Amino acid sequence: MTLLPRLSLALTLLVVFSELSQANILRSSSGSSSGSEGSPSTNVTSNSSTTITTLPIVTWKWHHVETPYLVALWVLVCWLCKLYHSVIFFSPKSGLLIICGFILGGIVWGADKAQTFKLEPRNFFYFLLPQIILDTGYFMPNKLFFSNLGAILVHAVIGTCWNAGAVGVSLWGCYLGGAMGDLNIGLLQFLLFGSLLAAVDPVAVIAVFEEVHVNEVLFIWVFGESLLNDGVTVVLYNVFDAFVSLGGSKINAGEIIKGIVSFFVVSFGGSLIGVAFAIIISLLTKYTGKVQIIEAGFIFVLGYLSYLTAEMLSLSAILSVTFCGVCCQKYVNANMDEKSVTAVRYAMKVFANGSETMIFVFLGVTAIDNVIWVWNTGFICLTILFAIVYRFIGVFTLTWMLNRYRLVPIEVIDQLVMSYGGLRGAVAYGLAASLDETRIKEKNLIISTTLIVVYFTVVIQGLTMKPLVKWLKVKRVEPTELKLIAKVNNRACEHILAAMEDIAGRIGDNWWTRGWKRFEDTYITWFLMKPEARKNKDYLFSIFHKLNLEDAVNYVAEGEKRGSLAFLRNGDRTNVDFDKKFGMEFSGVMPDITSELDYGIDNVPMTSIRRDSIPSVSLDIHEQDMKDMNEDFNAHHLLQQHLYRSRKNHRHKYSRSDFKINQSEDEVQEIFQRTMRSRLESFKSAKMGVSPAKKITKHPKPSQKVRAFRDFEFSEVDSAYSGDAAAAGGTGIENPAFMPEMDTPPPPWLTEVETDTSVAPSQRAQRQLPWSPTNLQRLTPLRISNRSTDSFVMADVPAAQDSPEEPPEDGSQQDGTHM
Amino acid sequence: MGSTSSTLAKIPNAEDLMQETGFTPAHLVRLYDRFKVLDKDKKGFLTPQDFVAIKELAMNPICDRIIGAFFTSGGETLDFPSFVRILAHFRPIDKNRPKEPTSPDPINSRSNKLKFAFQLYDQDKDGKISRHELLQVLRAMLEKQVTEEQLESIADRTIQEADLDRDDAISFEEFRKSLEKVNIDHKMSIRFLR
Repeated sequence: MTLLPRLSLALTLLVVFSELSQANILRSSSGSSSGSEGSPSTNVTSNSSTTITTLPIVTWKWHHVETPYLVALWVLVCWLCKLYHSVIFFSPKSGLLIICGFILGGIVWGADKAQTFKLEPRNFFYFLLPQIILDTGYFMPNKLFFSNLGAILVHAVIGTCWNAGAVGVSLWGCYLGGAMGDLNIGLLQFLLFGSLLAAVDPVAVIAVFEEVHVNEVLFIWVFGESLLNDGVTVVLYNVFDAFVSLGGSKINAGEIIKGIVSFFVVSFGGSLIGVAFAIIISLLTKYTGKVQIIEAGFIFVLGYLSYLTAEMLSLSAILSVTFCGVCCQKYVNANMDEKSVTAVRYAMKVFANGSETMIFVFLGVTAIDNVIWVWNTGFICLTILFAIVYRFIGVFTLTWMLNRYRLVPIEVIDQLVMSYGGLRGAVAYGLAASLDETRIKEKNLIISTTLIVVYFTVVIQGLTMKPLVKWLKVKRVEPTELKLIAKVNNRACEHILAAMEDIAGRIGDNWWTRGWKRFEDTYITWFLMKPEARKNKDYLFSIFHKLNLEDAVNYVAEGEKRGSLAFLRNGDRTNVDFDKKFGMEFSGVMPDITSELDYGIDNVPMTSIRRDSIPSVSLDIHEQDMKDMNEDFNAHHLLQQHLYRSRKNHRHKYSRSDFKINQSEDEVQEIFQRTMRSRLESFKSAKMGVSPAKKITKHPKPSQKVRAFRDFEFSEVDSAYSGDAAAAGGTGIENPAFMPEMDTPPPPWLTEVETDTSVAPSQRAQRQLPWSPTNLQRLTPLRISNRSTDSFVMADVPAAQDSPEEPPEDGSQQDGTHM
Repeated sequence: MGSTSSTLAKIPNAEDLMQETGFTPAHLVRLYDRFKVLDKDKKGFLTPQDFVAIKELAMNPICDRIIGAFFTSGGETLDFPSFVRILAHFRPIDKNRPKEPTSPDPINSRSNKLKFAFQLYDQDKDGKISRHELLQVLRAMLEKQVTEEQLESIADRTIQEADLDRDDAISFEEFRKSLEKVNIDHKMSIRFLR
């Protein structure tokens, strides 16, 4: 959609919308005036006692649809604001939405001279927030979350308490010092204000961290903290609220102890409710196999109920929904049909995204209201200052403490990002708006300040986060460029360290976690998962399944090109040349930030291009060009682009708007495949002796490896499920078109690999080699799943003429390896 | 997990091991427990299959080399002292160690760490990283999409930058020199093994 139609559409909507709001005012005012005057004749809204003189063909029934209409219209307008993304390059989007809110608020205010539409705390807490938190809980990367839970809790609890206390006390000190003029406010109210302002907001944090790619540990810390600090916030808020009502004199040790106890009760109570609802959901999905359409809906309903239940019991509702999502995701995803799982995921994202948009827009709209604004320069500026400063102090101190126990310390830059990323958001505003103004006389001041702080953090800090990070990263790079071998070694060291961690066992990998895994596997899975789902849990099996799908896709693609021996390049080369071509273009455009931590550089565009297998005609010409390229730049650049990422650099695994953000999963697959290949190679060559024999010069590496890998997988699963595997052997599809090109083969992996890929038959051709009987493995195809994709693989499997005693032997030896 | 001292008594030559590697008793005990967990069949030694059984290791691009580093000279068994000696490479460098010119470097000294890394690349143990070996490492660590030509250009460039005596291979000294600016302690230490 181009700019002009979009603008006109929006304008028409806004005009209609303001008309309606005017009409609304008219109706309500006429309604109220008629009510007060008691004259029915001026009442134009339908009053059943009004007599009609003739049959009305059409009547104006505004009052019937008023509320839902306005709601729907607002939702529509908010979501339309998102269209302006591409028009104005504004990062992050939350800032843009707030500004849209300002504009809309201005329009409404212009029409009504009063702000009729505000972000009501009740609407916010009951209708806009729960789905966002459910979404975050449902998509939470569990392993990462729980392994960092200690650090997250430290930040959430201690950090928030510190923030609340420090800000409150400092402001009080400044007030006493006279920096704010005359206010009707006391220490307790300052502490209350501090507590509602202390909490880092999950909505705002996600919105910003999506733009700035940070490593996963940092991400999960900030993210987890923003979710879990709700427990603390709720407690502090309620405690100080109660204290304010009690009055300062009645606070003694007993009350304080009660406050501390209430913290534990609220947090653990909320979490337990969430877990209880998660169990209910999992159990339910176990039995809803027959009602697949509706089973997706249960998650939402029960998630919402968990929120409301916790709220009803005055426990922490956010914690409840979070743990509900976190605990149920595994079982629900296993129990439900694939389509239902997809439906749930998409629906969650729609709701969460939609709510988030609305929240930010309304945050903007609410500002355009002259009633709430009380401007006190000292108060506002000092608040912002203290909020930021104490956040920095808190984060740095706590991280310093935590670093002493960490395998890899969190670096200063990450700590900076963490501190800077402590954004406040709508939750703070909601809490402020729900203050009781009879008890807290300066409610408007508090609301104004909260709004200013929220705008400041979301807009300004959000805007500057990305450039700041980039600038810091650049500063960090060593002034003299590292040599290639050093870079390679650096990355290799990261891999080595990760491996050593795994070998030596991480700190978390101890009796506790192993015991829990055992308990979970035996009892909980039995209780909460469908029997079929339990069997399919096997990790290896899922990889196998994915490979089958891949094979199937390749098979079809190949079939289209078949018959053409003039097909000069195999699929691999085609892809890569495409990559080279784009590598060239990109190299000019991209800033030369030679970073290992891969902060701001977005690899995504390259990846998506690479996956396209559009053969380019002028491949040769490109190759010539490459040789003339500046080799220096190319090599460093290539390295930086293509080195596998180590655990340290994996991207964060959660995104509000994107499903496939976890690219590292593809890498992991690749690495896993390769490892399997090479293991198989070495194993086989050890077993069978290397038979040099004929060299097959036309073997591009990947194809034989894929074949070998699949065979390997077969043996794996075969031995594991030997009971179930039917002994049906499929005959391979002999492909005469490709046979002549092959010599009589020894198993290809035993020959020396030629890197000559000038003229290569397609990948698929390799797979149809008839195997000699000395060839190992299975070939008892897998009959576990009845998914149609498997049939492709069956068809390709060569005849099963082999010694049956070999496979079980190999299989059993390898069996223990992957479970 | 049992008290440290009783488990320590079960470890043969615990005192010598601690002296040699610098591990504290608590760490040694922890590693011994880990050794026993990895040794599923209770053989008393580890085989490559036991390492292969560690699931996370399969996600590592150079896992085979790392496993190979434990089983030097083609042996198939790894006893506890050797296990610990290899892991000792990854202890953080002890900055307060007094410099005694006569005693040998501790296992976790900077040069020994570098030697460990070097041996991962130099598979045929001839003291040099040849172009072929470098190609293999690069191939393992780079994504599938990288072509042979690109790989070779990277390997050529790498050797060109580091090779000082023009023998088309990277010796240990050249390796060490290229990494003089790198904080090896940071890159090759595991904090909790201190």
